[in-house]
Amino acid sequence: MSVEFDARQHVLVPKHEILSKEKAREVLERYKISPHQLPFIMSSDPVVKAIDAKPGDILQVSRNSPTAGRAIVYKYVIEE
Amino acid sequence: MVGVSPDTIKTEVRKLEEVVPESVVKELEGSLLRVGRERAITREQLGEIIESVKRAYVNAMVEPGEAVGTIAAQSIGEPGTQMTLRTFHYAGVAELNVTLGLPRLIEIIDARRTPSAALMTIYLKEKYARSKEKARAFAQKIEMTTVEDVVLQTETDLINIVFVLTLDRSRMQRRELTPSKVASTIKGALKADALIDGNKLRIKPTTQSLSELRRLATKVRALPLHGVKGINRVVVKMEGDEYVVYTEGSNFSEILMLPEVDWTRTVTNNIHEIEAVLGVEAARNAIINEAVKTLDEQGLDVDVRHIMLVADMMTTLGTMKQVGRHGVSGEKTSVLARASFEITTKHLFDACVHGESDRLNGIIENIIAGQPIPLGTGSVELAMRREGEGGRK
Repeated sequence: MSVEFDARQHVLVPKHEILSKEKAREVLERYKISPHQLPFIMSSDPVVKAIDAKPGDILQVSRNSPTAGRAIVYKYVIEE
Repeated sequence: MVGVSPDTIKTEVRKLEEVVPESVVKELEGSLLRVGRERAITREQLGEIIESVKRAYVNAMVEPGEAVGTIAAQSIGEPGTQMTLRTFHYAGVAELNVTLGLPRLIEIIDARRTPSAALMTIYLKEKYARSKEKARAFAQKIEMTTVEDVVLQTETDLINIVFVLTLDRSRMQRRELTPSKVASTIKGALKADALIDGNKLRIKPTTQSLSELRRLATKVRALPLHGVKGINRVVVKMEGDEYVVYTEGSNFSEILMLPEVDWTRTVTNNIHEIEAVLGVEAARNAIINEAVKTLDEQGLDVDVRHIMLVADMMTTLGTMKQVGRHGVSGEKTSVLARASFEITTKHLFDACVHGESDRLNGIIENIIAGQPIPLGTGSVELAMRREGEGGRK
């Protein structure tokens, strides 16, 4: 990749953020689920590496949705 | 009668955000502000409007237990019957070979490793995108040239064990190549010696055997001299106010590395490459974009929500999975559900060998077992605490 290449800045990539422990617990409580019931994302995913998330983290992905404008999804980082 | 101020409209509408998505909030805010400028809206009216928008939105939501997957399958499947079954012709952007219609849709949903017609859309950085010459020069730079492309004639001299190439001067000039450059690449890449003899190149294998010569001949022809691997044809096209480069063949990771490329916008139709370079979320977006493009191009109007659901199913496990035997359908937890799809006996045998059990939680299993299915009203179960018994809630 060129020096300044950053997958996070590509038009196809929505914003990924690591949730703090408290926020993550809040999310799980709100949906009454355990982490493995969330959609997964691999720890080897380029964006996960870029934000330095570790397996076990919960990410908040803010997608640009053609129907909702902005849609928030939570993803559980799993080891590959 | 005094109407509410634009600021109160904004703050009141913003309260909706908990229930209603952003796009709806924005639309409502826009139209309320517009109406508010023409005539006064009272506080009660505002409250009523907001309340009824909320009600309308909640009513339009999918009910829990709705079979969204089946609806999506039908909504994509029915228009799919009207799609082009085969494409012979070159269509679309500037004579590039594009797979269209049903074959392309199947390719996307099957998550094929390589699309039958790979295509990249390369956007250039401002400096290069404005100038036709610079865009052309870039196109020239990435187009892959093999030895075969600059050769007029090849001969295999079996007596001296030499492979002789007759080079085409004009074709080489266009690609800014010289015989010595070609010779040095051949020497560098293969175990052979290349001697320049006017317009001819004599290539001698290091081990003097006929089989080695034959092997060398095929290798030399396909040897890339210049350009990016996999980029076979390049077309430069004006789009809006900039030049965009379209390529047949795709090599996403290497193209993004080039300094001329605007890597924030450049895309490929090979979704696996997108997944590898940009991650699974980008792959999801690419699936949606490609599927919508294919359907639109055929004049079919399928709601994006169905396609979004398919893309979500394909990507929820962290990597892209096809819809089918090796992906979404093949990884269901229930044995019976898997067996009812394809290769029934294999699934049943394997399940027996591994001692799998089926909890009958899904729909297919329960249809097979002849029970009410957990769908719609059937997805609700009743728990009762009888008098005198403690039991769990």
